[in-house]
Amino acid sequence: MSEPATLHHNHRDDTASKLGMWLFIFTELLLFGGLFVVYSVYRYLHSQAFHLAARELDVFTGTLNTVILLVSSMTVAMSTTAIRKKDKRTTLLLIAVTLVLAAVFLVNKYFEWGGKISHGLYPGSSILDELGKGDTLFFGLYFFMTGLHALHIIVGMVVLGFMFVFVWKDKITHDNFQQLENGGLYWHLVDVIWIFLFPLFYLIT
Amino acid sequence: MTASPEKKSYKSFLEEDGGRKGIFKWILSTDHKRIGLLYLYSMMAWFIIGVTLGLLMKLELIAPGETLMGPQSYNATFTVHGVIMIFLIVIPGLPAVFGNFMLPIQIGARDVAFPRLNLLSWYIYVLGSILVIASLFGNGAPDTGWTFYAPYSFRTGTNMLPAALGAFVLGFSSILTGLNFIVTIHRMRAPGMTWLKMPLFPWTLYGTAWIQLLATPIVGITLLMVAGERILNIGFFDPAKGGDPILYQHLFWIYSHPAVYIMILPAMGAVSEIIPTFARKTIFGYRAIVISTLAIAFVGYFVWGHHMFTAGMSGTALFAFSILTFLVAIPSAVKVFNWIATMHKGSIFTEVPFQWAASFIFVFMVGGLTGLVLGALATNVHVHDTHFVVAHFHFIVFGGTGFAFFGALHYWFPKIFGRMYDRSWAQTGWIFFFLGFLTLYGPMFYLGIKGMPRRYFDYLEEFHGGNIISSLGALVMVTGFVIILINLVKSARHGEKAPANPWGGTNLEWRIPSPPPVENFEEIPVIDKATYKFD
Repeated sequence: MSEPATLHHNHRDDTASKLGMWLFIFTELLLFGGLFVVYSVYRYLHSQAFHLAARELDVFTGTLNTVILLVSSMTVAMSTTAIRKKDKRTTLLLIAVTLVLAAVFLVNKYFEWGGKISHGLYPGSSILDELGKGDTLFFGLYFFMTGLHALHIIVGMVVLGFMFVFVWKDKITHDNFQQLENGGLYWHLVDVIWIFLFPLFYLIT
Repeated sequence: MTASPEKKSYKSFLEEDGGRKGIFKWILSTDHKRIGLLYLYSMMAWFIIGVTLGLLMKLELIAPGETLMGPQSYNATFTVHGVIMIFLIVIPGLPAVFGNFMLPIQIGARDVAFPRLNLLSWYIYVLGSILVIASLFGNGAPDTGWTFYAPYSFRTGTNMLPAALGAFVLGFSSILTGLNFIVTIHRMRAPGMTWLKMPLFPWTLYGTAWIQLLATPIVGITLLMVAGERILNIGFFDPAKGGDPILYQHLFWIYSHPAVYIMILPAMGAVSEIIPTFARKTIFGYRAIVISTLAIAFVGYFVWGHHMFTAGMSGTALFAFSILTFLVAIPSAVKVFNWIATMHKGSIFTEVPFQWAASFIFVFMVGGLTGLVLGALATNVHVHDTHFVVAHFHFIVFGGTGFAFFGALHYWFPKIFGRMYDRSWAQTGWIFFFLGFLTLYGPMFYLGIKGMPRRYFDYLEEFHGGNIISSLGALVMVTGFVIILINLVKSARHGEKAPANPWGGTNLEWRIPSPPPVENFEEIPVIDKATYKFD
């Protein structure tokens, strides 16, 4: 009688796991791709209103958040190098720094959103209705897209939190670090999406 | 080469319980075969509900005026019927059931690449279906049609949100299954199985998986936007706020047209398995089928506009979408020619799976050719939103995918359960089903051309005759379905033991015992010859 080995798959295939992660990243990009299509259509239809509405956003906070995410992408990439060099302490430290940076990003975002909402610029508000259709769509897209992105940041934080625990418990080691690399890939995805959101909302005026 | 009835010296996947009891043997198992059956059972349950709703609609339409239900109930019925049938049954359909069960076996692997993710997909599927069902309770069932067209989808007072979110969640399940299959096919084919030695069912699953992966996110985000409209009142698709409802239609069909190919490609794959087996002949034009599969998957992305010919698009866009729609007919026709040519001069023996496959070709051709009527701009305007459209897509989606599903079920049943069904009852069921199907949907073409619109609970007296025939057809078809169902359920428990290769098929699944052992293969086979070679 054969051992029921396949019931508990220990079969490991790093290439497959990386391939799977990349395919998942495609789908995430396409998820945002739909929103980029909607953005382009409405930017084309209401270019003047989008132009003016974009000035309402704080370029400084946006730039700061961009820098924060870029640095966090760097730290997460460095953590995969650190684990390869068998340096568990540095790996843990770098993941922790990434998580802190992600949290700072969210805090910034919170204050930014709070500012907009206190000015009455939120979906369904009467002020937006007075400002007109272009502004309604601009801020609708702004909240929806940055909101969905923030949700991805939170998911990414949970993923990296798990990676932290796995490294801590030596489930991820110098010769078995594909999970950490996949977590890093996901984090880069979150970063890349922001790299597109930032100019679309803050810079193009 | 046919395997002699071997002695039971192995443990089949149905006996191996992984040390678990009762239902946990199933819902905690990461065995691809058990997961395939989990999908089969859950889908059959939904299918019974979907068929019942469809039958209620046909009974309502048996006479003009209110027979069974009023307009609001009728709207809710066709919406829920559509949502269940499309999102819960036909889209996951063959890939989730037979893909899960057969793909690893056919490519000579012990499981899919990510078994736990595979089980997770099923849980997501169940969550999505619960959401869909939840929409039935509360403020009344949704009444938008399965397409959730804006702006009505966020204006209606009915319980739209759970249905849309359910479809969103089901999309995730579909994406993860597709992802799993792509990685499995890339990484886990047996030694020697080059791409062009791979059987055609895995090939079609491969094409399907790419569509699942690349198209589903678009409908996901679109349904999220509709949810945003309902909850936050954002205005993406609300003309009063500057939004564009036509944009919703574009986004919806960018997914939902390729979704039709998610439904039909694996069906074509299953038929390409059945026909060579029962014609005792190598499949004709293996490469042509592979290429046309990929061509359908590719061109299928660019034809969504043909759902919107009357919605308001530029003339250029109309022409482009119409021509592309005609183009997609070419690879579909290539396949039909290949199947027919496979049968030509073959030594055909007509078992039940073959009958399903042959009737598939017939209804698929009717559905495909009437699709050209809809793809042509002038005739489309005439029959748009009439019963002609309803008949067309039921011939493709139900006649195509449904017939192939039943064909595949009867083809692989002895392999899956290790028991044979009662063939004469299976045949009786097929005859009822096939004739009932034609009687049910055939008259709808006529009614549509005469101008009977879809989605109304009532109609003019002049349409009465056709509707009576159609409703009678529905009863005959449901009778056939009940016969098939009872026969299969009984045979799964009490049928006579099936040999390893009851049909004399050539692919890997027929070289292992029935039901398959837990690990599928004792030793991973080495493939040295092309697929579908009969001695």
